Amino acid sequence: MAPLLTMTGIKKHFGGVPALRDASLEIEPGEVHALIGQNGAGKSTLIKILTGLYRRDEGEVEFAGAPSHLSSPRGAQSAGIATIYQELNLVPLRSVSENVVMGQEPKSFGFMINWPEAHRRTREILSRFGIEIDVTAPLGSYSTAIQQLVAIARAVSMDAKLVIMDEPTSSLDSSEVEILFGVVRELKSSGVSVLYVSHFLDELFQICDRVTIMRDGKTVGCREIADTTKLDLIAAMLGRNADEIEAEGLTELAGGSAAFDEVVLDVDHVATGPRLSEFSMSLHRGEIVGLGGLLGSGRTEAARSIFGLDPLTSGTLRLNGREFKPAEPSEAIRARIAFLTEDRKAEGIVPDMSVRENLTLALLPSLRRNGQIDREREKELVSEFIRKLGIKTSHMDQPIRELSGGNQQKVLLARWLATKPDILILDEPTRGVDVGAKREIQAIIRTFVDEGHAVILISSEFEELVEGANRIVVMHEGKSVSELTNPGITENALVRALAHHEDATP
Amino acid sequence: MLDQNAFDMRKYISRNPQSVAVWIALFVLIVFGLLRYDNFGSAYNITSFLNYNAMFIAISVGMCFVILTGGIDLSVGSVAAFTSVVAAYLSPYGIEVAMPLAILSGVGFGLFNAVCIVFGRIPPFIATLATMLGAKGGSLVISGAQTIAVDWGSNFTHLGMEKAMGIVPWTIVLVGILIIGLWIVLEMTSLGRTILAVGGGEDASVMMGLKVNRAKIFAYALSGGCAGLAGVFLASGFGAGQPLEGVGWELSAIASVVVGGTLLTGGLGSIPATVAGALLLGLVFNILNFENGKGWISFSAYWQMVIRGAFLFAVILFQTRVMYRRPNVEFAK
Ligand SMILES: Nc1ncnc2c1ncn2[C@@H]1O[C@H](COP(=O)(O)OP(=O)(O)OP(=O)(O)O)[C@@H](O)[C@H]1O
Ligand SMILES: [Mg+2]
Repeated sequence: MAPLLTMTGIKKHFGGVPALRDASLEIEPGEVHALIGQNGAGKSTLIKILTGLYRRDEGEVEFAGAPSHLSSPRGAQSAGIATIYQELNLVPLRSVSENVVMGQEPKSFGFMINWPEAHRRTREILSRFGIEIDVTAPLGSYSTAIQQLVAIARAVSMDAKLVIMDEPTSSLDSSEVEILFGVVRELKSSGVSVLYVSHFLDELFQICDRVTIMRDGKTVGCREIADTTKLDLIAAMLGRNADEIEAEGLTELAGGSAAFDEVVLDVDHVATGPRLSEFSMSLHRGEIVGLGGLLGSGRTEAARSIFGLDPLTSGTLRLNGREFKPAEPSEAIRARIAFLTEDRKAEGIVPDMSVRENLTLALLPSLRRNGQIDREREKELVSEFIRKLGIKTSHMDQPIRELSGGNQQKVLLARWLATKPDILILDEPTRGVDVGAKREIQAIIRTFVDEGHAVILISSEFEELVEGANRIVVMHEGKSVSELTNPGITENALVRALAHHEDATP
Repeated sequence: MLDQNAFDMRKYISRNPQSVAVWIALFVLIVFGLLRYDNFGSAYNITSFLNYNAMFIAISVGMCFVILTGGIDLSVGSVAAFTSVVAAYLSPYGIEVAMPLAILSGVGFGLFNAVCIVFGRIPPFIATLATMLGAKGGSLVISGAQTIAVDWGSNFTHLGMEKAMGIVPWTIVLVGILIIGLWIVLEMTSLGRTILAVGGGEDASVMMGLKVNRAKIFAYALSGGCAGLAGVFLASGFGAGQPLEGVGWELSAIASVVVGGTLLTGGLGSIPATVAGALLLGLVFNILNFENGKGWISFSAYWQMVIRGAFLFAVILFQTRVMYRRPNVEFAK
């Protein structure tokens, strides 16, 4: 059968800096095709060229048997390409329904939007994903995961020949990932092709047929998923030898189990509302405590309560033994608490500012000397972090919006690490970060706590929690319900603890 | 088809908490006026109030569309002055000719703004500022800086005096049709929803494949057309084209939109609340006039402006205090 899509010899420069040097991609009808590569390899750029958001400098694109010269996402949509971009690209102010149906709203009399029908259709599409929400509420009032699922639902509902998913699972937990896989399989069986970008290599083995690997803007390989291994893929992504990587043991990272005795933070029966009704935990110097739980279990709310974002309605926080009642984040920051939020676009980056400015935003007071910003020290610090975290940027004054998703995330992490807080709260810190960098980041977090700081780690990836944390506090429906301590921290134990509470409260 | 929730009061409030303030303020002022002044509720006061404020309502609803896209239109005052002159010159041909052509000339300015903004990529503030100056100059040129008397012999001046079915002056009927039409466009057509989406996130709207340019062009052209209509009202209501009028109208219109709870950054807002905002602004003056009429204290025009500013400020303060709320998320098992 003729391929559905062929892209060959694609080149793209941004102001003289090459993003794609020689990329190619071929997708069969009804195939689930993976696209992988390190942060900044050019995956998202290739997708945006396909959907007409960027114009290619060179190269050929053929879609559904004809040369394609799409010049706008609108055109791509009507040609049968539905896309979920990496950065959530919906309108948070508008209702869930609008976000799903806009562009192909149901009409009556030919011009009036049929709202009841739009709501019904939206509910129906979302129910395939196991979501039942008020579809007339603004999208932005829901969690990142729901928003992600809505974006996916929109694309899936568009009756496309090709559905592109750029890191769809980055903010989903395992049960939602399963639902997504179900939908992907459904698409496949009805003959729709899926292009699937992900840094979770394990996922590929579950749903993909073939995988294309990119490195530094070039396509370096394409394999049948059945004929390859995770190690082989990592080696191809990094452009290194598989044996060498195996010797380094890229797959495990031992969480230390030393004794911690100095309590920095003590949370005692804290509540902030219906979504966080009883939260207790303690945090020691040198320790990484993970918060485990499913979506809506109150992990983010727990972090918000410590950071002074939601006022406590009962319970107490004690910081270094003294009572601590942050009324707003600035008080928490003064008490040396930092918070990396999960919503990078809305709460994190300042898109038009440079990498340097974004990185030192939280640091400015300490960089001041004689009323002026110490440029030399700032530059030193920034280049140190760019090196340590392997941030791929053409220079430190590049606007951060031009960085790839994973690299933006690294800059944000660097921003908070650089403030050297006593307590660092990380909500999904490695979201969208490639395998190699993820390990680097975990190592950096480890060194950071070894220097006498403490970290609260929230992650919907069980592996990350289990590998990284010294202790895991399990949360369920707004309450902290149990704790896992080493050596009892395993993925199995965590899954069992969560399942146990799910069953207990049907 | 109507949005199921459009008339569910509690939902309306929880979805649009920022537009609640303007309705409360409007209600309070009306009750205050009715209780305190004898003729406040008279048919005469109501019609002359609405007749006079029709032009402000027209430019406010036009402005609302532009602001919803995340833009701004500073040219409306000058455009209204320009079109009032156009309407006055054309008045001998009757209202049937003068009104459409004057509105069209307003649309022309709006389209010019749109082209500069959409294709020239000039920021709306700058583009419409330039048009504001240009239209101002243009109206002075074509009028020789004189007011241009309308032709009293034609039916042009009947607009504000003659009544539809003997009850409501035509000005009010026209502005009523405009309001309802635009309300429908915003709430119930793809075009309206696209305008809201563009203001809520332009990049996202492009990626969703919406007709972003069309939405923006429509908004600016509409705003120009509304300014054109305001110019017609101005000329017919005062019997002359007024090249020097319109100063500061854009700011009043922006104020009406904002007190109505529309986000200045776009993406969220409503037409009825904008109309309420425009009425509220006018009503403050109306009430101060009644107060002066009582003869106890007398507020000069300058003090009236100060009082109106203070009142606006109070409403906005109230508005921002009730605005923020984080809805609950329910999960399916
Ligand atoms: N608009 C832009 N302007 C300048 N450079 C850009 C722009 N968009 C992307 N780039 C650069 O192109 C390169 C490839 O970026 P791209 O977003 O395609 O990477 P990616 O493979 O999707 O990475 P990630 O896994 O982090 O999402 C990066 O070095 C990035 O900085
Ligand atoms: Mg990407």
